[in-house]
Amino acid sequence: MTPLAGCLLVSSMLFAVGLAGALTRRNTILVLVGIELMLNAANLNFVAFWRFGPHNGASTGMIFGIFSIGVAAAEAAVGLALILAVYRHTKTTDLSQLTGRPQ
Amino acid sequence: MSLMSATFFILAAITLVGACAAMMLRGLVHCALAVAIAFAGLGTLYLNLGAQFLGLAQLLVYVGAIAVLIVFVILLTRGGDSDSPPLSRAALPITGLLVAACIFAVLAWAVFHSFAVHSAVPLAAPATVRELGTVLMADYVLPLEVIGLMLTAALIGAAIIAMREKQATQ
Amino acid sequence: MASTVWIVRYLWLIPALPILAAGVGALLKQSQRRLAATIAIASMSLSFVLAVVAFGHLLLGPARLFVNFPWMQFGTEWVKLGWVLDPLAAVMLVMVTFVGLLIFIYSVAYMHHDENFTRFFCFLSLFAGAMLGLLIANSLLLLFMCWEVVGLTSYLLIGFWYERPAAAAAAKKAFITTRIGDLGLLLGMVWLYGQTGTLLFYDHGSGCLEHTALSLLATQTIGFGMAASTGIALLIFCGAVGKSGQLPLHVWLPDAMEGPTPVSALIHAATMVAAGVYLVARVYPLMSASSSASPGGALQVVAWVGAVTAIFAALVAVAQDDIKRILAYSTVSQLGYMMMGLGVGGVAVGVFHLIAHAFFKALLFLGAGSVIHGLMGEQDIREMGGIRKWMPVTFATYAVGTLALCGFPLFFSGFWSKDAILHAAYGWNVSRVPFYLGAIGALLTAFYMTRQVCYVFFGTKRRDPALEPIEPSEAGASDPLEAAHESPAAMTTPLVLLAVFAILLGFLGTPAWPWLQAFLDMRHAGLDFAQLAEDGLIPLMLASSLLVFAGLGLGWWVYGRRPIQRAANADALEQLQPSLFHALRKGLFIDELYAVTILRLAWWIACIANWLDRWVWSGIPLAVSALTKSLGWIDFSLDRWVVNKGFDEGCNGVADGARLLARFQDGRIQNYLRLLAAAVAALAFYLLLGHKG
Repeated sequence: MTPLAGCLLVSSMLFAVGLAGALTRRNTILVLVGIELMLNAANLNFVAFWRFGPHNGASTGMIFGIFSIGVAAAEAAVGLALILAVYRHTKTTDLSQLTGRPQ
Repeated sequence: MSLMSATFFILAAITLVGACAAMMLRGLVHCALAVAIAFAGLGTLYLNLGAQFLGLAQLLVYVGAIAVLIVFVILLTRGGDSDSPPLSRAALPITGLLVAACIFAVLAWAVFHSFAVHSAVPLAAPATVRELGTVLMADYVLPLEVIGLMLTAALIGAAIIAMREKQATQ
Repeated sequence: MASTVWIVRYLWLIPALPILAAGVGALLKQSQRRLAATIAIASMSLSFVLAVVAFGHLLLGPARLFVNFPWMQFGTEWVKLGWVLDPLAAVMLVMVTFVGLLIFIYSVAYMHHDENFTRFFCFLSLFAGAMLGLLIANSLLLLFMCWEVVGLTSYLLIGFWYERPAAAAAAKKAFITTRIGDLGLLLGMVWLYGQTGTLLFYDHGSGCLEHTALSLLATQTIGFGMAASTGIALLIFCGAVGKSGQLPLHVWLPDAMEGPTPVSALIHAATMVAAGVYLVARVYPLMSASSSASPGGALQVVAWVGAVTAIFAALVAVAQDDIKRILAYSTVSQLGYMMMGLGVGGVAVGVFHLIAHAFFKALLFLGAGSVIHGLMGEQDIREMGGIRKWMPVTFATYAVGTLALCGFPLFFSGFWSKDAILHAAYGWNVSRVPFYLGAIGALLTAFYMTRQVCYVFFGTKRRDPALEPIEPSEAGASDPLEAAHESPAAMTTPLVLLAVFAILLGFLGTPAWPWLQAFLDMRHAGLDFAQLAEDGLIPLMLASSLLVFAGLGLGWWVYGRRPIQRAANADALEQLQPSLFHALRKGLFIDELYAVTILRLAWWIACIANWLDRWVWSGIPLAVSALTKSLGWIDFSLDRWVVNKGFDEGCNGVADGARLLARFQDGRIQNYLRLLAAAVAALAFYLLLGHKG
């Protein structure tokens, strides 16, 4: 088991956990949290390949990670603002009640 | 296995435990705190892997801003359904877990069948801040500007979306 | 010859006027009684005037004048019709219009209480028009057409009170029985046309009663050595048998008394039943056309049938209890006499009795109507009695009529006319049996008429209408609570007029002055008392007078000596011979015989025809309809259980499928995400599979 493989495994696990949460939790905020975890898992992948990958020396991986963090921040902000707006309209953050159909 | 040191395991364990806790805990604030721990664990993992700037950026942005934002929103949307069962009611939660397990299985299988398992450990490359800055300003200046714009747009958009509509609700 | 004399050219007006009155009457409402009666009587009066004019014209110069016109063309042949004015027709015209007019006037009072007054006069006018048309017809076809209309109106008038089942049944019986006779007439007509090519009687030498045609028919023989003329004549005689109620087909006449009394007087005494006699008189040349094989032609049959009918009906009349039925059977008997007269003595003999009979029988019927009117509907003679005291005019005229019918010597027309018949029968060269039958018949006639008069007019008053009003069964009833009274003047005046003629007409045919016979032969006759002395005439007159007195005396002795006390008492003859009396009363069971044989046969044929029609001829439509129905049922079932169900199941399947698929779009984001993730996993697996290692 090389370090790269280990890192990749960890990131895979993180990704799976994030996905599982996003798919199963009822609260919208926690779905967003799951999404953030998935993004972070991808970030870990980048960093692992930057450190252990074949194209050693190029800082592409790091740059990509930086940009990814920036984008994730922006996306988290907008997503949470949306959750707030939906909460104000429907008085709930429960995804099972936000189907768009009459219950 | 030399670099797969104990630190790596501990840090990875903290991250994963935090993530699992975030996805399984009942109380929302507990989840927010757990995810903050996960973010922090990830940050230290980056530091461990030699990406100092990224690690610190992770700690600053994720733990300092995003996790706090999450806590804010949780507190703002209180009074809803905090005592409802944590898992989704729509379909069996087992489906979601199963799907995630499938994804993990595929990824793990890909990892184990790829070159990553067999390659040697290369040397670490220095990634100083100076080099990062140079690369940002030289090769990736366009994405830099774009991300600046994007952050501005996101800021304004989030503000507008989250603003109270005074006239409409009266 | 086709005449330019205006009366002959306009002779058709005589029947046309009453028919026009009938047409107008049919359009009137039931409430316009006065108008209906006025129109009918006016048209009949006009016809009478025209008939008198025609008669007067012929008096000046007897001739046979006719007008023919082509009527219908088929192929290259024309069917011609026409009318004829000769002494026979003229005399009959005057008689029918005069008697008809008197009966019309009588009906105004008799039918006064009936609510169908207008309809009655419409039918009467129609009848009069058709009868007059029959009299002047110069074509056997035109005669037949009028014959049928006369039969129709007889049906309508017999069944005038159609709500009574007896009346409706009697009308039906009359029509069907005369129809049987008419079938023979039609066959004879067709045969005649086939042989001679014409149905016109007189047509400048080419008519079917003229020499050419007759000699042709007389020389042709068919089976049994019979000449064609005899065969045709016998067939034509069948029609006369039906219409004039001769023996096998007489059964309808007594039942026809269900009609109102004026109808009985006009149709079934004076005119319609005389149409048969008139027919035989009209085609007399055909009847008498003889060949070597059948001398005298068909006249033998005519004479025998007439004689048998005369005696039969006289016997039955002795036992009847209904005042009108006695007169009906008497009519049948007298018609038999007329036929006998035609057969043995010729046209003049028969027609003389016809005319005399018309007057006194109409008189008798109208008198009976007056009696029924006065008793408010009673018709059973056993319930009547002592009427001469409070209906004197009726009694006097009825007595005159009776004496005329019996043939009381010298002053009454019946004597002279019946004597002429008996004289001719005595001298018949075939057989003397008809003479004896006729003589016995005369005795019986006097007997039963005396019986009737004794029951009705003499004796104690068995029914007092003022004390016991009954349900009026005829329209001729007066108001129930009036005291018993004589009939109104509108009814008694015709009676008196008819009585006068019943006496006077006799003098037209005495052997001393045979005016009528001469007129019919188109010659002049002078007063010659020496005629009385010839041919054994005076002994015959004495013998017949004795017979009449014997009959009258016998009747008086049995019925008149002791006044009949109670209605329930049996008839004197009935006490003597109850079974014979009963058989006579039932008309010697001829009706029953017919019911058992012919009617039952007709019933069975009708049943078979009905069965055939229902199951065999309708079989094909029934089968087709059953087939169509079953096809329709199959179609329906298929449609319901296969097509609809299949369609429903299909649609349900689609709906269920859609419902299933709709669960993918339930708005739950996490389900979408799951699908997405699963798809990505699958895709990644597939792609990585290809790049393994």
